[in-house]
Amino acid sequence: MRPLARPGRIAVHIALILYTILAVGPIALILINAFKTRRAIFSDPLGFPDARTFTTIGFDQVFAKSDFGLYFVNSLTVTVISLGLIILIGAMAAWALTEYRFRGNTIIALYMAIGIMVPIRLGSVSILRMMVDLNLVNTLTALILVYVAQGLPLAILILGEFIQQIPKDLRDAARCDGVSEYRIFGSIILPLITPAIATVAVFTMVPIWNDLWFPLILAPGDGKQTVTLGVQQFIGQYVTDWNAVLASLTLAIAPILVLYLFFSRYLVRGLTAGAVK
Amino acid sequence: MSDITALGVQPAERVFARSRFPLHIAVFLAPALVIYTVFSIYPLVDTIRLSFYSGDETGARHFSGLSNFYTLLTDPAWSGHFWNALKNNLIFFSIHMVVQNGIGLGLAMLLSLPRLTGGSVYRTLLFLPTMLSVVIIGFIWQLMLNPLWGIAEKILDAVGLGSFFGPWLGQESTALITVSLISVWQFVGIPMMLIYAALLNIPDDLLDAATVDGAGPFSVFWFVRLPLILPTLGVVSILTFVANFNAFDLIYAVKGALAGPNFSTDILGTFFYRTFFGYQLQVGSPTMGATVATAMLIIILIGVLIYLFGVQRRLQRHTF
Repeated sequence: MRPLARPGRIAVHIALILYTILAVGPIALILINAFKTRRAIFSDPLGFPDARTFTTIGFDQVFAKSDFGLYFVNSLTVTVISLGLIILIGAMAAWALTEYRFRGNTIIALYMAIGIMVPIRLGSVSILRMMVDLNLVNTLTALILVYVAQGLPLAILILGEFIQQIPKDLRDAARCDGVSEYRIFGSIILPLITPAIATVAVFTMVPIWNDLWFPLILAPGDGKQTVTLGVQQFIGQYVTDWNAVLASLTLAIAPILVLYLFFSRYLVRGLTAGAVK
Repeated sequence: MSDITALGVQPAERVFARSRFPLHIAVFLAPALVIYTVFSIYPLVDTIRLSFYSGDETGARHFSGLSNFYTLLTDPAWSGHFWNALKNNLIFFSIHMVVQNGIGLGLAMLLSLPRLTGGSVYRTLLFLPTMLSVVIIGFIWQLMLNPLWGIAEKILDAVGLGSFFGPWLGQESTALITVSLISVWQFVGIPMMLIYAALLNIPDDLLDAATVDGAGPFSVFWFVRLPLILPTLGVVSILTFVANFNAFDLIYAVKGALAGPNFSTDILGTFFYRTFFGYQLQVGSPTMGATVATAMLIIILIGVLIYLFGVQRRLQRHTF
């Protein structure tokens, strides 16, 4: 395509910069104002905190009045364990479905694909009843089980497409040497699919960390709240305390922001790679 | 096909093959199948089953056929809220289709320009809101639009639009549009990325050939690039549809379970939550909750089927 003339280029950049300000501005405003005194929040919302207006009183209040550290650990536990299980169990199933020809192969693959389009949330009435029967209400286990079930279909699809691209020679050579199918999977296939894990992580980790619905109905109390639910409950209670509200939002944003800026290259690549398929 | 003929001719062999189902395949498949079946498929099926039952005061349940659906669609105590939620959900979805996917397409076009400096910086920053929790985004915008803080008014004033400002989230006439636009603002990154990836996949030769033949940038877009990314636009549409008809978190965070003012931001997700858990004086009902969930399931399935058979089949996939 013909490269655009210079004025066109500048117009493109102006449009992109304006939209970037619109996208990032509100988040930046929250972060800036979380470190200012109440007076400065209202008198000069757009200004950066300086020596006179700087304060961390909001953060002190969040830590004094809520178990934010605990919520963070809860979120981290649920997300990491769920993701680990989704990748391991999903890779095993994807391997079985792509490598072996057996009766029922296509049907099982289709059956697993239902979950990609049908949101598991709609089964919440029964999920809650089941968790009550299993005595799992207000436990992180309940959340992990649901998130694994929710994440598996897409993980199997993505990992399956990836496993298909691995050359056949490796496993055939291993089979000639009499290596068992389990060891072929564990020592050859698992290490080779590590690049696909970034892609699976984008699609599964973020929705799990951010989810409000299942924490709200399955684990709303007993110190089992996740960050999303904890912040929601905290703000509901202290809605008029602007310092505390801004600080709690900042605490919820910060870990994602740091992680995202570190790994955004992998995330974006994973997203576009997934889309190409 | 050959399987079926084999089945008819040698039934004995079928039994033999089934009894020797390789153990290692079963071991690889079992964990995924069990967890997925127990915690995803079974609850969905059980929810559909529950929607055919009704409970009385003692908690006993009895089969009642389609009466729950009849209540939901015709009983004045229910149907008004249901149709209102469905209507609002359709508006919510239309705004996403037009604004979110329109802006997403526009940004993707700009980002896919050849030799764009800073492209990856723009992509990273534009996708940032999508990574954050819907709840957090909801609170951020609640603060931004709060007349008490007045920051939105101040910014609008600066560009000469100050007179437009109002308590958008609090007015019945504007609350739904405002909530929809907050959601659009957050998720515009998804269509942007998917369309961007599709645009990158179009080989340059094709665009060069069109340009050499005298097509201007507008015709190149309209007659070459747009037809080639139609399958991606289809995927974006169905993803938007399923996500919108399943949405809940944003409305709950910004407006609460009552989806005020006067239910003007009530969508199917919040209606489902209220039906299931109850609110104020109304007691929650698992069976009516299951009925609403089943109705949502049917709506989503209709959307998916229209996509699969009406849209996807007609679109030719281009591979280069």
